[in-house]
Amino acid sequence: MKPKTLFDKIWDEHVVKSIEDGPDVLYIDMHYIHEVTSPQAFNGLKERGIPVLRPGKTNATADHNIPTMNQHLPIRDELSRNQVEKLSENCRKYSIELFGLNHPKNGIVHVIGPELGYTLPGMTLVCGDSHTSTHGAFGTIAFGIGTSEVEMVLATQCIIQPKPKKMRITLNGKLHKGVTSKDIIMYIISEISAGGATGYFIEYCGSVIESLSMEARMTICNMSIEMGARGGLIAPDETTFEYLRKLPSIPGIDNIKSSVNVWIKLKSDPDAIFDKELKFDAGLIKPMITYGTNPGMGMAIDGSIPLSGQNESEGSSSFLKSLDYMGFKPGMKLLGHPIDYVFLGSCTNGRIEDFRAFAQIIRGRKKASNVTALIVPGSKKVEEQIVAEGLIEIYQNAGFEVRQPGCSSCLAMNEDKIPQGKYAVSTSNRNFEGRQGPGARTLLASPLTAAAAAITGRITDPREFITEEKKVKK
Amino acid sequence: MPKVKFDILESTCVPLPFENVDTDQIIPARFLSATSRQGFGDNLFRDWRYTKSSEKNSAFVLNNPKYSGKVLVAGKNFGSGSSREHAVWAIFDYGFRAVVSSFFADIFMNNALNNGLLPVVISDDLLKKLQDLIQKSPDTKVRIDLEKQTFTILSTGDSVKFWINPYKKDCLLKRLDDIDFLLSIKSSIINYENNKNLAR
Repeated sequence: MKPKTLFDKIWDEHVVKSIEDGPDVLYIDMHYIHEVTSPQAFNGLKERGIPVLRPGKTNATADHNIPTMNQHLPIRDELSRNQVEKLSENCRKYSIELFGLNHPKNGIVHVIGPELGYTLPGMTLVCGDSHTSTHGAFGTIAFGIGTSEVEMVLATQCIIQPKPKKMRITLNGKLHKGVTSKDIIMYIISEISAGGATGYFIEYCGSVIESLSMEARMTICNMSIEMGARGGLIAPDETTFEYLRKLPSIPGIDNIKSSVNVWIKLKSDPDAIFDKELKFDAGLIKPMITYGTNPGMGMAIDGSIPLSGQNESEGSSSFLKSLDYMGFKPGMKLLGHPIDYVFLGSCTNGRIEDFRAFAQIIRGRKKASNVTALIVPGSKKVEEQIVAEGLIEIYQNAGFEVRQPGCSSCLAMNEDKIPQGKYAVSTSNRNFEGRQGPGARTLLASPLTAAAAAITGRITDPREFITEEKKVKK
Repeated sequence: MPKVKFDILESTCVPLPFENVDTDQIIPARFLSATSRQGFGDNLFRDWRYTKSSEKNSAFVLNNPKYSGKVLVAGKNFGSGSSREHAVWAIFDYGFRAVVSSFFADIFMNNALNNGLLPVVISDDLLKKLQDLIQKSPDTKVRIDLEKQTFTILSTGDSVKFWINPYKKDCLLKRLDDIDFLLSIKSSIINYENNKNLAR
């Protein structure tokens, strides 16, 4: 038999029908929905007068358009409140389980899916959100879809998809202290550009990937979309199984042992052919920061902004327009540049490990007075863990207020907006113009780098705060 | 999902020669609270089109009376970022029926095809030539023939074939949609579930 990649194995297993010369009809094992990209899909079902085919295979949360303070009060913005209510109404009508606002298990869709045991190895998983790639960390084909496709999944549990090409990214070498999984993925994106993996589905492998925790793997897979990839996955291994074994329960699975015996076989064959292969040396990676308005415009924190756009054919106008928006100049160094805001959170870095990493730096120190910090757990569970592990005191003593869960300032649909012209060091995933609010200037970085900036009020190399004894886990 | 027919389009163009235009630029997140598909065109490219005080920014191409038409000629990696289909709804609602670039983001491409907005991929060189032509002569017209899969600049006669998935081409020409197709093969889906013991 022809050797296959892990991606091919899972994909082929889920093809209900192949359309001649066209895309495949792909069966979807798990579907997540949220308030922003689902209402029009439900409207479509209503217009057609058809039901949801498998309500048990869709789970819902409210995360994008909710406040992160005073969640017990009615949402102030009328349109947002209406959208969140619409989700509840649709879930009731179609018998879909909803982990909505004020539900004890509420949180960002890509944080709660894994926490609740809905994301499992070997699945096909979609959501009307591009960061659905996060779930690839479990050895899952997971990718973001549009609202028309949400409607397809609701109606038929299938979508029509062209099969992407396959890329393998191998990461070997020794990761230096202060370098996190966020820096790894930002480094890769800066090397291959914001569109460099368009048309591909990535498999990440190598000794460095294998050494990462599930949280760290989720951060890597999460940002696959930021280089244009449909998604990225990592073959499940003992780390994956251990994470799953520790969950209180896994819906639909009573005997995890027999499931592990199946999951353990989910690997690319040794001589499987990828359409593209890239290899990186982890030893070359330093803490990263972005300087422009797409995630490909990233550099080592102690580096200088390039003199021209390396990844562009013309180079000039888009690159300079971007720097102009940021208030930066070609060749400039960013270390020491004053900042105004720090955002810890999002589906990229809103998990407990991220809060531990941030706490490690702020412990016993004080937030700089010129910095406004938005500290937003990814879920209720993360919020509870912050309290249970005593991290909450570290945050409070250092002058940080921990908010309630949600997508928050990552896309600033709610009130958590960064004002015009202000600089924000953000642990989120996108530094697009206006992403965090009209005119906001986003500098993407790891939780360690965000913490260092929050303490000094300036762009700071987090390695200055990390001693050899306090090794970073990630 | 709407059923839209596309066959032949002949139109002047609106140039947007920037690379990596993401869906947050096309429609900022703060306008995504609506629960219907209509009306997003008013906020298309909102933060480029209007100033902070909500006045028209005369420097932006959509506010330049020289340029009009149903074809948006964009830069490389158009539609990157968020999966929001609202981006496609906004472009369509504004009046565009095709977007031309040398390279589209994957999710944007699927979303566009699902809404009858035709993404046309041409080479970097031809895209550059077209952008320059439009800047010089805003009355430059192009002709897009979906049946023949040809893209032609009428004034110069440059004509190239573009690729589209045959299934999607058929859907657009015949005004069909994916859900009709999926419902028509529902028995295959149920068989698939039964074989794998998946139904629940």
